[in-house]
Amino acid sequence: MSVKAVKEYLGAPRDVVSNFHGNQLLYVCWEGHLMYASPSIFMVSPTMKLEDFLIQMVGPVFKDHPEASKLDWRKATWEKGDKPWAPKLDQTVAENGLVHKEYLRFQTPGLNGYKGLGI
Amino acid sequence: MDMKTEKKLSLKERYRHLTRGLGWDTTYQPMKDVFPFDTYEGITIHDWDKWEDPFRLTMDAYWKYQAEKERKLYAILDAFNQSHGHLNVTDARYLSAIKLFFSAIPLLEYMAHRGFSIAGRQFRGVGPRVACQMQSLDEIRHAQTQIHTASNYNKYYNGMHAFVHQMPRMWYMSVPKSFFDDAITAGPFEWMIAIGFSFEYVLTNLLFVPFMSGAAFNGDLGTMTFGFSAQSDEARHMTLGLECIKFMLEQDPANLPIVQKWIDKWTWRGSRVLALVAMMMDYMLPKRVMSWKEAWEIYFEQNGGALFKDLERYGIKVPDCAAQATEEKEHISHQLFAALYQWNFGTSLHTWIPNPDELDWLSAKYPNTFDRYYRPRWELWADMAEQGKRHLNVGLAQLCQVCQYPMIFTEPGNPSKLCHRELDYKGEKYHFCSDHCQHIFENEAEKYVQAWLPMPQLFQGTCGGGSVEGWMKWVNLVPGVDNMDFEGSQDQKNFALWKGMASSNG
Repeated sequence: MSVKAVKEYLGAPRDVVSNFHGNQLLYVCWEGHLMYASPSIFMVSPTMKLEDFLIQMVGPVFKDHPEASKLDWRKATWEKGDKPWAPKLDQTVAENGLVHKEYLRFQTPGLNGYKGLGI
Repeated sequence: MDMKTEKKLSLKERYRHLTRGLGWDTTYQPMKDVFPFDTYEGITIHDWDKWEDPFRLTMDAYWKYQAEKERKLYAILDAFNQSHGHLNVTDARYLSAIKLFFSAIPLLEYMAHRGFSIAGRQFRGVGPRVACQMQSLDEIRHAQTQIHTASNYNKYYNGMHAFVHQMPRMWYMSVPKSFFDDAITAGPFEWMIAIGFSFEYVLTNLLFVPFMSGAAFNGDLGTMTFGFSAQSDEARHMTLGLECIKFMLEQDPANLPIVQKWIDKWTWRGSRVLALVAMMMDYMLPKRVMSWKEAWEIYFEQNGGALFKDLERYGIKVPDCAAQATEEKEHISHQLFAALYQWNFGTSLHTWIPNPDELDWLSAKYPNTFDRYYRPRWELWADMAEQGKRHLNVGLAQLCQVCQYPMIFTEPGNPSKLCHRELDYKGEKYHFCSDHCQHIFENEAEKYVQAWLPMPQLFQGTCGGGSVEGWMKWVNLVPGVDNMDFEGSQDQKNFALWKGMASSNG
């Protein structure tokens, strides 16, 4: 539905990819680990290898979690935009088809959070 | 010379002259050009004279009454200041509630002042114009008196020094700011539903009870006095909101679906904003008034339920979002304080891990959820802090495109899974914390694509260059002073020191 207004009303999207200096945004959520209050936002180069992104940028966010040492990116299962997705870790962000502001959620079977409580 | 003395006009007559006698229809310019903004929202009004203001307040009465109230308020604030009233609060942790309140509310009052001035100009009916003008004056007075109240705390404690500067910059301030920005950029009728009805009428007790009773319970005479001073104005504001909604619904049956849509939208937006209040009630008031859950049950479920029952005869239904908002009464305060705790490096207030008594109070007040979902988090973080690894979330938060909260809220029916919704609009992805925020976006996508979201802005480099240190300078947050744990803070030390000096000769 359009915005009711006295004349034609069009908004300029504020977070288009061209505002990010050659980078793009990705959102990542570790499912069932609510020690982290929300999914995290990352700015990443589309030419970065996905595995490097996970090891160098995503991993450090979760480094203090009691299960962090058992986190194995090769065993994680993934969703992209809330639908099942199979990443290719040795390919880049762009080659994986991850567009600007893509939402990724991963599960770590066997790791169910602090005391198995989803925390 | 003969002098004929007329009988003095009654209040009713004076009000009639003010709101009907001083109005006229323009003839040099068509009315539709003089008042172009009270029709485009689709609301049809057949007879503006049907507007009835039960308070019938005239300007002279307003002036006299408010001046008297403010004289009393400033006398008490003066006494508060001279007697070091700030040292009478229960515990210096209470100051975090004060910081949140006085950083946000005066500026929201100021926006309300602007919004009612605008609505007052935009309505062609004289009755609502005068009522909006009076409320506009109330709101700017509230902003002023709140700032005076806050100044007695700002002199002694950290984190309040830059509240005007921080309002458009501080990430969590974008939650209440975006609420008012959304309302003030709507038309005058939607504004009246957003602020006059949803905020002032449906949700006002949830705002008033924690702030004013909270202040009274915690020995804060300044805030309490301000609250009592504002209370009589609030009663008038609530009446205006209700009068406006009834007026719209009685004027034309075609207004019903438009009004219903606004009620749905603003009840949800309002309940989201109030998560900040929920957190204050359950965590920041050292002496609790009642739990957020109890407040929600009394003021939304019971009182709000009765109100919607009353509006049923016009065809108004309880908003769909009420079910989810009610389910969330068990969760939001815990989710939000946990968020501020882990992003405490970026806040102008202190946090802490609730002490054992407080954890027990929360368990007792939230038997369905606290021990299962939230207590273990605090226990884990207490363990970590003891080992010198105080939990900080160095990942910055994903934000909802509409309410602008970090995406901290969980799926309905599953408190262990963070809720996420997304859609593509004109080739861009947008993310939401809930179905209700997504629906609000879908109804007016062109409005919300423009949202100024703090975290993406940080990465764009518009907030101090892109680093967290640069951001702190840009937002005027003094690290190590304004932020992080209450334990060991300058506020904690000074409060203890001054209180000791006030009660001993040492």
